[in-house]
Amino acid sequence: MSVKPATSNRPLSPFMIGPYYRPQLTSMLSITHRLTGLALAFGTIFLAAWVTAAATGPDAFGTFSAIAGSIVGKILLFAYTWALTYHLCNGIRHLVWDTGRGFELKAAYTSGYTVVGASIVLTVLTWVAAFAL
Amino acid sequence: MSLRSPLSQARGLGSAKEGVGHWWMQRMTAIALIPLSLWFVFSVARFPLLDYATMIAWIKSPLVAVALVLYFAAMFYHAALGVQVVIEDYVGNEGVKLVSIVLSKFALFAFGAAAVFAVLKIALGA
Ligand code: HEM
Repeated sequence: MSVKPATSNRPLSPFMIGPYYRPQLTSMLSITHRLTGLALAFGTIFLAAWVTAAATGPDAFGTFSAIAGSIVGKILLFAYTWALTYHLCNGIRHLVWDTGRGFELKAAYTSGYTVVGASIVLTVLTWVAAFAL
Repeated sequence: MSLRSPLSQARGLGSAKEGVGHWWMQRMTAIALIPLSLWFVFSVARFPLLDYATMIAWIKSPLVAVALVLYFAAMFYHAALGVQVVIEDYVGNEGVKLVSIVLSKFALFAFGAAAVFAVLKIALGA
């Protein structure tokens, strides 16, 4: 506390990954949890706009639908679906860690691959449901 | 009960300021968000979510309205806590850090209030 941290040119997290620190599945999934969390936080603006447009009336909702239903809108919705399912699955992984379990190297890799697989499956299932039902 | 030493309390600094409560609420909201998010994603995937009449009818169902309010409340709370941690990790300057955290909370709680109000307006409207 009393000693000022050295202001040398030591790399700051997360910029040590790459040049100084070999990227690994575990560190990549960790930073992805943070990035998807931030993306979802921005996505809340979209959700608020969606229900607010509906509460405002058919015209406002029509404008919103036109934007959300465009190609760019659909791509963003798809990305949002994956960000949410990834963050959700990896969030469960975090909650398991919070109980003190799953820290062995092998377990961390197994759960990591599971999270990636499950998030892709959930995203595809959602969009299949969206188009098929 | 406080987990902080008298010295750290006097300084008002350090990770134990309100860290336990923050950490705990991040977990509580995360647990709530698991079923709520799955329900939400699969609900909106099942119908044309960009169709006005469908959407209004859906939100007018009491169970849906309550679940949506819970979903938004948990989500905006969780997001505000999470964004705070990210800012604390990357912004070094104390002034900029404080302003960024306050702005992120104001913004997220404003969007949260708008979302909850919109659901209630539709659900309670004639
Ligand atoms: C639905 C919208 C959601 C938003 C906007 C959101 C946002 C965030 C943000 C911004 C963070 C901070 C990231 C960091 O510190 O690196 C975070 C962390 C976290 N989220 Fe979410 N999240 C959402 C859903 C979920 C769900 C469904 C879960 C399910 C378990 C979850 C579990 C967690 C956990 C456990 C952490 C703490 C991670 C850590 O300690 O580093 N989140 N979230």
